[in-house]
Amino acid sequence: MSSFNILIRGGKVIDPSQRINGDFDVLIQDGKIFAIDQPGKIPAAAAQEIIEAKGAWILPGLIDIHVHLREPGLEYKETIETGTRAAVAGGFTSVACMANTQPVNDTPYVTAFIREKAKAVAACRVFPIGAVTKGLRGEELAEIGAMVAEGAVAISDDGMPVMNSYLMRKAMDYAKAFGVPIISHAEDSNLVGKGVMNEGALSNELGLRGIPAAAEEILVAREIALCRLTRAPVHIAHISTEVGLEHVRRAKDAGLPVTAEASPHHLRITEESVRGYDTNFKMAPPLRTEGDVEALQKAVGEGLVDIIATDHAPHGLTDKAVEFDQASCGIIGLQTAVPLTLDLVHKGIVSVDRWVEALTVKPAKLLNLPYGTLRVGQAADVTILDPLAEWVFSHDQILSKSHNSPFLDWKLRGKVLATIVAGKVLHRAAKE
Amino acid sequence: MERLRNLLSASELSREQIRFLLSTAVKMAPQVRDGDTIPLLQGKTIVNLFFENSTRTRTSFELATRKLGAGTLNFAASTSSTSKGETLIDTAKNIEAMRPHAIVVRHASAGSPQTLAGSIGVPVINAGDGFHEHPTQGLLDVFTIEEKLGSVEGKRVVILGDIAHSRVARSNIHILRKLGASVAVCAPPTLLPPHPETLGVDFAYRPESLLGDADVVMALRIQLERQNRMQIPSIAEYSKFWGLNQERAKLLKKGAIILHPGPINRGVELDPEVADGPHSVILDQVFNGVIIRMAVLAAICAPDALQSWLQKGSNS
Repeated sequence: MSSFNILIRGGKVIDPSQRINGDFDVLIQDGKIFAIDQPGKIPAAAAQEIIEAKGAWILPGLIDIHVHLREPGLEYKETIETGTRAAVAGGFTSVACMANTQPVNDTPYVTAFIREKAKAVAACRVFPIGAVTKGLRGEELAEIGAMVAEGAVAISDDGMPVMNSYLMRKAMDYAKAFGVPIISHAEDSNLVGKGVMNEGALSNELGLRGIPAAAEEILVAREIALCRLTRAPVHIAHISTEVGLEHVRRAKDAGLPVTAEASPHHLRITEESVRGYDTNFKMAPPLRTEGDVEALQKAVGEGLVDIIATDHAPHGLTDKAVEFDQASCGIIGLQTAVPLTLDLVHKGIVSVDRWVEALTVKPAKLLNLPYGTLRVGQAADVTILDPLAEWVFSHDQILSKSHNSPFLDWKLRGKVLATIVAGKVLHRAAKE
Repeated sequence: MERLRNLLSASELSREQIRFLLSTAVKMAPQVRDGDTIPLLQGKTIVNLFFENSTRTRTSFELATRKLGAGTLNFAASTSSTSKGETLIDTAKNIEAMRPHAIVVRHASAGSPQTLAGSIGVPVINAGDGFHEHPTQGLLDVFTIEEKLGSVEGKRVVILGDIAHSRVARSNIHILRKLGASVAVCAPPTLLPPHPETLGVDFAYRPESLLGDADVVMALRIQLERQNRMQIPSIAEYSKFWGLNQERAKLLKKGAIILHPGPINRGVELDPEVADGPHSVILDQVFNGVIIRMAVLAAICAPDALQSWLQKGSNS
């Protein structure tokens, strides 16, 4: 194959992996980053395609370590193909998909199926996450080693917290042999009970069963205790409570290998949204209070929360257009994550370098991926976005199979202009 | 006063709307007591859409509908469409297509009436949703209190029982507070809502300290079906410490009244002697339920006819 070159010029390169934040042009050749140089230094003749990026930011391709692609088994909600098309439209070049498919990704065969299917149809890189326990039942270990051998990059029983502390301890110990982190959906399921929203004055008023913040605090504290015991890396998924964050802070201060992620929805909306009983505001963990949201935003700003991850959770109408008690938890998030969290940069709560780091360097480091960087010689995964462009999120833009978003009709600021995976432009924003 | 389009919760009723419904019921009461009808809804159809069993509330709505001259259609959803996998909204749209004039809905999940009202064009009346609200029960309770004691303003009302899982308590609290009553709730701590201080009312874990000052005691049903040994050790222990027995009834003031939304677990939350005793107004509540529901149905389905009936009534 003859070499194909793309020149991205006129924009600002922000790459925390190399501490770059300034005006540079980028040349891609044969799917790799070939050069980064002063504006105008790379001759236009060197490229078959020129992307004009005046006023735009040029970032390492974004990485989302927490998505549900629903394949195999739940293709009516999402497929690897549709989910990854939504991903590139949202600026993501890599996603890691959770194990709660049907069948569960608890064997090397399912891991291999996801890998091969992604190779055939996916628009971006897909990294499977294997189950911690067989069938996510929390009873016995899944074949962690065999799944890692087929490409699993982490293990998690996301959605079904491992309540047996002995088993969780053994899982952490065992995973050390294969160098993968364990990702914990930290909620004490006994304390969650039949709860459907944050517990407090509002749940009393709405007559909905509450989920106390303590449900998260307890399991975050337990994961940290087990991390202290095993020294295995533990990642806390979608942390949502102020006290949970304090537990993470103490663990990090003690030098434990603990990391955490926050979702765009937990960073932007509170339990107040549940008024009206719209099931697109039903999440696990639930939307919390204003105090929690402020603490979470601050934690992303200071790096206490390492990673921003969407928890993209597509659900069909039959899962969501039902009573609040019966509705499935979660929302789609890939196409709205950039503007929703960029808002924190615009507001001065999170620095731009920290924001990019939370979507590139940190997720790559957690999953030991060679991406999230524009270093010369590395794969040309690039996200180009206009940080100021305003747009309204509407049904006709959704590429996901499901439309369960609470952000429909929101006016958003920050738009992905182009997404490049391994040197191929896989998404381009429509011209206004 | 803002016109009532639905009745989804007591929390969204203004003081003025509550007063209007109560005074409408006062004016309707004599005719209903005499066995007459007030045919304001002639030729209309009201659907009772009950996703949860309830003989009392459904019968009360049915009677109210008939006394207004309207037809009633009972749709026990739990035994028909929902078991075929129809969603809540599908079911409601199917019923909407039959062109009824209002849907009275009972559902085990909080917020379901709101969801329905948002997706269909027919007025929705909440006949109880999960632990959230039961607004017509709250209205009939306050109507009963005022019938016996005059204005509730300044009266002390004690609600005793499983507050956490009670839509009746929530609706009563909203209405009583808006009308200026002083409210206290009492339950074992496990059956109080979490963070009871956010309810905006007094609360106590044991009833003795509250009973002496009470003008009204509202005993709630202990839901045997929802009973859970993780919340209280036994029904016998509940009855021993929280049941309104003869000994505790002695603490009440002479004119104090006892309400209960029914059905009573005799010997659990109320001793039979107390339920049938001089303080009890439980059977008045049942009659008043019909009148209040007539007022609600007329205000929502025939506001103009109701207005002219009210004017004519006051002229005659």
